[in-house]
Amino acid sequence: MKKLSVRRRHPLAAFVVLLLALAATGGLYATLAPADEAQAETSAQSLAIEEGKRLYEVGCSSCHGRGAQGGSDGPSLVGVGAASVDFQVGTGRMPMAQTGPQAPEKPAVYTQAEIDQLAAYIASLGPGPNVPEESAYDPARGDAARGGELFRSNCSQCHNFVGSGGALTNGKEAPSLRDVEPRYIFEAMLTGPQNMPSFPDTTLTEQDKLDIIAWLDEVATSESPSPGGFSLGGYGPVGEGLFAWTFGIGALIAVAVWIGARSTKARKS
Amino acid sequence: MSTHNDDNTPHDETPGEHLPEGRGHGAGELSPADDPFADPGLPAHEHRRQDIDERAAQRSERTVALLFTVSVLATIGFIASYVAIPIDRIVYIWPFGHVSGLNFALGLTLGLALFCIGAGAVHWARTLMSDEEMVDERHPVAASEEVRAQVFEDFRQGVAESQFGRRKLVRNTMFGALALVPLSGVVLLRDLGPLPHDKLRHSRWKEGSLVINESTQTPLRPEDIPVGALVQAMPEGLDPHDEDFQVEIAKAAVMLVRLEPEDIKDQRSADWGHEGILCYSKICTHIGCPATLYEQQTHHALCPCHQSTFDLADGARVIFGPAGHPLPQLRITVNEDGYLAALGDFEEPPGPSFWERG
Repeated sequence: MKKLSVRRRHPLAAFVVLLLALAATGGLYATLAPADEAQAETSAQSLAIEEGKRLYEVGCSSCHGRGAQGGSDGPSLVGVGAASVDFQVGTGRMPMAQTGPQAPEKPAVYTQAEIDQLAAYIASLGPGPNVPEESAYDPARGDAARGGELFRSNCSQCHNFVGSGGALTNGKEAPSLRDVEPRYIFEAMLTGPQNMPSFPDTTLTEQDKLDIIAWLDEVATSESPSPGGFSLGGYGPVGEGLFAWTFGIGALIAVAVWIGARSTKARKS
Repeated sequence: MSTHNDDNTPHDETPGEHLPEGRGHGAGELSPADDPFADPGLPAHEHRRQDIDERAAQRSERTVALLFTVSVLATIGFIASYVAIPIDRIVYIWPFGHVSGLNFALGLTLGLALFCIGAGAVHWARTLMSDEEMVDERHPVAASEEVRAQVFEDFRQGVAESQFGRRKLVRNTMFGALALVPLSGVVLLRDLGPLPHDKLRHSRWKEGSLVINESTQTPLRPEDIPVGALVQAMPEGLDPHDEDFQVEIAKAAVMLVRLEPEDIKDQRSADWGHEGILCYSKICTHIGCPATLYEQQTHHALCPCHQSTFDLADGARVIFGPAGHPLPQLRITVNEDGYLAALGDFEEPPGPSFWERG
């Protein structure tokens, strides 16, 4: 102790004290760091909401209203959830190019980062389904055979047995599911976009959705095998019959006429 | 056409026919051809190249033989593909896409084999077989007088020898036997029955039946069904493996939708539901297709077969298409355990309309 007190007036004493104080502060900071990190995440979230609100006001509010409460041109977005935004904006359906019976799929206007911000803003307005984890829609985890059964009882009436799509009333249609990303299929089932009914986890469990995605991955991609060859879009017996009767029999008649009409005489008459 | 034909076409020999009276020279001076309907005969036969040029004929022979040989090779190819190609091999073939290699090879080789036989036969017939025209005159259909007289005489003799006219008892009992025999066939029509009685008017739903979600096979609770959802359901106690499952589900299949209660236009329909959850038979009242193409914004349900459209917000009223009746609604409530349950069977017969439905 004596040694220390003797040196307290040393020219470097103040410097040493300063160093110790700095080390203590650093240590204290280190122990408090996790709390600070959580704080930073929340602020990133609120930043995304802020950014999303700004994007929303520019791109969406003219139809859906300043506070997303809906209007004559667009429904309320309170409580539709992040999954709905991710689907509608990610597939290019929103923003709509023009009003019409149906918002068709088109190249996405916003980047994924912007879509996430918009989704964060809409999700902040009211509770709704979240964007699913990647494992929730991995086709490899589903049972395609069971998915086929579920698809036939729940989806095929509008989307056709192999997801080729079909017509609805007054210009609306159930779109083709060919080559649609599993994530968007999952989100569509979860949220029920446009005129599609929703299939929440309470009536169609997550495993059921996985199975349906596995089925579509089996039959409705450009890589899907079609063992018979010409599937003609999978539209069923009417389309196939029409094709056989018009093109098949038409070709036979044309060949028969050609055989009869072509002269084989040496001297052409 | 050859000149042979032109000789027989009727010539206009009266140039003044359409001139005013007195202007034409020699009115009434008609001299038609001797026989306007004379047989023009066949045009002169023309030879084909193969008929006059032996080298051309040999070329045709080789072509036909080549087609038949290709057919032979294709048949061998068919057998070889059947043996060699595994049944689950998927190959990419433009423009068909990813197809089964076996199906494609079998179809291609069999098609080629049949086509080449046909093409060879047609080419053979057109270039090598004789194409000389032949005349075969028609003959009267009736037999000659002598033959007819002989047949009638034989018949009369046969009737007399059988004593058909004399032995009345034999004749009458035979008529009786022949008249009764078809009755056995008529009696067998009984197998088309038994009559349906009131089966068409009732389904498996009864008071207290839980509403089972077809996808999860579990009973539904009202909180499972948010606004905008569509659930396919069936009554409890119906197992898809049951022998009579198809018969029962054909009448009992229902769909549940949930609307905002203020969107429901029909008060009776709202009362029969539970907090906006409506349960309708999904069998179209036209000819019984499942009418479950549900648009959650317009609340319309469509039938895929003939586009009958039902407004589920207005008691499933028919707003388009050939269906004659609204979809029957099932009265539902919530039981003490919190599950959706039926309050009875359908009030109207579910499923396609029938003659006595009224």
